[in-house]
Amino acid sequence: MTLTVNGEPKVMAAVTTVGNLLDHFGVSHQTVAVMVDGVIIAREHVANTLLHEGASIEIIRFVGGG
Amino acid sequence: MPILEDSLIQVGPYTFHSRLFVGTGKYASNTLMQEAIVASGTELVTVALRRVNVSRSDEPSLLNFVPPSVKILPNTAGCYTVEDALLVADLARAAGIGDLIKLEVIADSILLWPDPILTLQATERLVAKGFTVMVYTTPDPILAKHLEDAGAAAVMPLGSPIGSGQGIIDIEAIRRIKERVTRVPVVVDAGIGGAADAAVAMEAGADAVLVNTAIALAKNPVAMAEAMKWAVMAGRQGYLAGRMPKRQEAEASSPQSGRVEAYGGL
Repeated sequence: MTLTVNGEPKVMAAVTTVGNLLDHFGVSHQTVAVMVDGVIIAREHVANTLLHEGASIEIIRFVGGG
Repeated sequence: MPILEDSLIQVGPYTFHSRLFVGTGKYASNTLMQEAIVASGTELVTVALRRVNVSRSDEPSLLNFVPPSVKILPNTAGCYTVEDALLVADLARAAGIGDLIKLEVIADSILLWPDPILTLQATERLVAKGFTVMVYTTPDPILAKHLEDAGAAAVMPLGSPIGSGQGIIDIEAIRRIKERVTRVPVVVDAGIGGAADAAVAMEAGADAVLVNTAIALAKNPVAMAEAMKWAVMAGRQGYLAGRMPKRQEAEASSPQSGRVEAYGGL
């Protein structure tokens, strides 16, 4: 399936859920925020939210800042 | 223990012993940041939200380097509109950090100066959404009062531009804000360059200071973190102790009576 992840086009095999996507990129499910097509996914639904062809996903995490 | 016992600082429902809040940006490494956080004695650290780098995403999470007893304060740094700030706050809450947010709505990319109008609007919206909002603001006493009235949990005037290390350019502005904002803490945020700046802010009556660059870019960040801890305590104790009034002219410290005077000459 073709997705846009953080602005970059990605062709992903064997990815059906947001949880799969996080695992693919090695991103911990803890303290991460995810948007699919501009909608924030509640934490408890991140693992199981299904992705669709052409979906735009934003994966956001905490970094150093002031 | 200081002679004058201090109260805790209260930000919304949260209380802190330490009146030093620190940022987590610009450190050479996560382990150095961790050591500095511990040395500072802080109980509240700021973090930013950014996109994961999907080309290189096995970087360790910053939060693994923050001691578990320290509360996380996500910021909206880099936001120039109310909508962007609301989205970042929602994302921070969705990431499971809680309802605490440091609101920054910037108007000028050179000075990183807050937009006073959008900052007030965003404060109202975030308060309505149930956030505990610590608001980065210009050192304007009237705006500070408006922010308090809008429900800000802390009003955080800048001392000088973010990361500039220029110190507190107008300490009277901090005093004026502190005289008018009476229900929530006033935190001097941005511009502190050295330990003396932190002491000056606290001595003027600030309830806390927020320091990032001055620690992270010091030659020895861990030692500077500790210096900031002492400076904040010294300034706070100086404020509680009550400073003497200033005088135009000298007043001798030694008795004026019984002075010894030479007679004759050589």
